[in-house]
Amino acid sequence: MKILVCISSVPDTTTKITFADGNTKFNTAGVQFVINPYDEFGLSRAMQLKETLGGNVTTVTVGRADTEPVIRKALAIGADDAVRIDADPMDSLQVATEIANYAKDKGFDLIITGRESIDYNGGAVPGMIAEILGINSVSPCIKIDIDGNSATLQTIIDGGKEVLKSALPLVAAAQKGMVEESELRIPNMRGIMAARSKPLEVIAGSAAGNAKFNSFDLPAPKAACKMVSADNVEELVNLLHTEAKVI
Amino acid sequence: MSVLVFAENWDGAFKKSTYEGVAYAAGLAQSVGGNVTAVVIGAVSAETAATLGKYGAAKVLQFDGNDVNHQATATILAQTATAAGSKYVVFNGTWKSKSTAPRLAIKLNAAIATEVVELPSTNSPCVVKKKTFSGKAFAHVELNAEVKIIVLSPNAYGIKENELSAAFEKTSGTGSDKDASLQHVEYQKTSGKINLTEAELVVSAGRGMKGPENWGMIEQLAEALGAATACSKPVADIGWRPHHEHVGQTGIAVAPNLYIAIGISGAIQHLAGISSSKKIVVINTDPEAPFFKAADYGIVGDALQIVPKLTEAIKKLKG
Ligand SMILES: Cc1cc2nc3c(=O)[nH]c(=O)nc-3n(C[C@H](O)[C@H](O)[C@H](O)COP(=O)(O)OP(=O)(O)OC[C@H]3O[C@@H](n4cnc5c(N)ncnc54)[C@H](O)[C@@H]3O)c2cc1C
Ligand SMILES: Nc1ncnc2c1ncn2[C@@H]1O[C@H](COP(=O)(O)O)[C@@H](O)[C@H]1O
Repeated sequence: MKILVCISSVPDTTTKITFADGNTKFNTAGVQFVINPYDEFGLSRAMQLKETLGGNVTTVTVGRADTEPVIRKALAIGADDAVRIDADPMDSLQVATEIANYAKDKGFDLIITGRESIDYNGGAVPGMIAEILGINSVSPCIKIDIDGNSATLQTIIDGGKEVLKSALPLVAAAQKGMVEESELRIPNMRGIMAARSKPLEVIAGSAAGNAKFNSFDLPAPKAACKMVSADNVEELVNLLHTEAKVI
Repeated sequence: MSVLVFAENWDGAFKKSTYEGVAYAAGLAQSVGGNVTAVVIGAVSAETAATLGKYGAAKVLQFDGNDVNHQATATILAQTATAAGSKYVVFNGTWKSKSTAPRLAIKLNAAIATEVVELPSTNSPCVVKKKTFSGKAFAHVELNAEVKIIVLSPNAYGIKENELSAAFEKTSGTGSDKDASLQHVEYQKTSGKINLTEAELVVSAGRGMKGPENWGMIEQLAEALGAATACSKPVADIGWRPHHEHVGQTGIAVAPNLYIAIGISGAIQHLAGISSSKKIVVINTDPEAPFFKAADYGIVGDALQIVPKLTEAIKKLKG
């Protein structure tokens, strides 16, 4: 089983988002970067699959050298080796093209991504990689089991779940369910030591995108909260009905 | 030129999200010129198809088959867009659409923006506003390709009527069957509850409810309102509630007209997923709970006492 796990380096979920350079850039000052939470579910499942089926887990990240601490964390969790495609990630198309170009002749049985990155929320990279490579994709993937040359998967549809079967290779876009929260792998001391000497190959990026993030803004600040007494829920209902007009 | 919109159906019926996609496409057509062609894959009656006209579709193209397979759907959409010379393809924000649109982008060499909340602010170049940082911020994205694909963030644009009478045209196209390798095994439907992402009213509760045995009153409140139920992450993690109710940065993002947060502290990860709600009510024992800063209306007090009273008051209002 040869597995490729796509790892995106994103701001920690507690980050208060601010922008710099006239709102044209995300302000990274003081921000802690982590493995994209959805990718963490995928990486943890990859480790489980490797343990039961044998094989190899490689991670790939499109990013500059500042993403290497996050890549090392993935190695510490247990990936065997890592690839960094050296480029500034600009949009989904560029990232997907880089990853597909890298993966196309390496014989991966399974490519795992997250369902979306929590920074740019494209949700587009997995489907694009699959389309470029001409293989199936399942997003979001909340369960994957491998049996020989095929996979049984579960995805969310509006109003329920769908069970699917697909030949390998395929792209599975992880979220909670692929493993449970309690099964997420955390690096231990031995893993951290081992990660230092695991191979991290850097290759030059060359792909182009076609969407440009011109500027950012924050949601408009809320007006002060109107407080209602706990003894007077009728007043709340009245406000919701006549003032807010939502019920 | 026509603006193409993928009009998703469920067993022959449309949902609110389908109409939202059509309404957005109609708004777009008004600003870039041309009219709206809706593409339906699967058996939909002429009567149902015609309802798309109410939201601005001038034409409905119906293909045989079904739209559960993303690859086949993307193939049909690519062929239709190319034949019609469409420069814009619009998708609603459901999982099916979010899986199909990136494939179409590759097929058409198109530029794509997902989680879009408004019509483009300018058309040349095409710049759209989208959610980023899981709802904590917005980005203005320039789409630099001849064909632009816009995938909506659910409930952001809203449903706007734009009466046209859609002409129904039945076409017999088929997708490629290269994707026969992806087989449908079965559906496991969640029982007849209101779909959280589409819901206009959401009643959500957190660890402040103390235990799963207290959720009866949450469900009764939701039922009185006709609302969907949701919860905070720890509540789903400890199994008080099912995972599909988990709202927030790492769960579902919602954008209802009213979000009632009961016994939820208002952690930044939770707020990210609900910040697009139009009105927010917070019920919490702690007057310092961060959630009050994001709320429109608040009550400080014990949820176990307040929620049943609130349900009664709502029932009284509804008569
Ligand atoms: C990587 C990561 C991702 C995360 N993603 C999410 C996410 O997507 N969604 C999410 O929700 N969280 C997420 N979290 C967790 C988040 O940080 C908070 O821990 C969580 O939202 C808290 O849940 P809560 O408000 O239900 O519980 P608590 O923080 O325990 O708050 C309970 C609240 O109930 C109030 N209360 C107690 N008793 C009563 C009563 N009788 N009546 C009324 N109020 C009462 C308390 O005053 C308190 O404010 C994430 C965390 C991490 C690290
Ligand atoms: N720069 C990147 N490097 C590697 N993988 C990425 C990168 N950006 C996104 N991905 C992968 O694609 C998934 C979806 O990302 P997105 O389409 O940006 O929402 C993420 O969860 C990652 O697995």
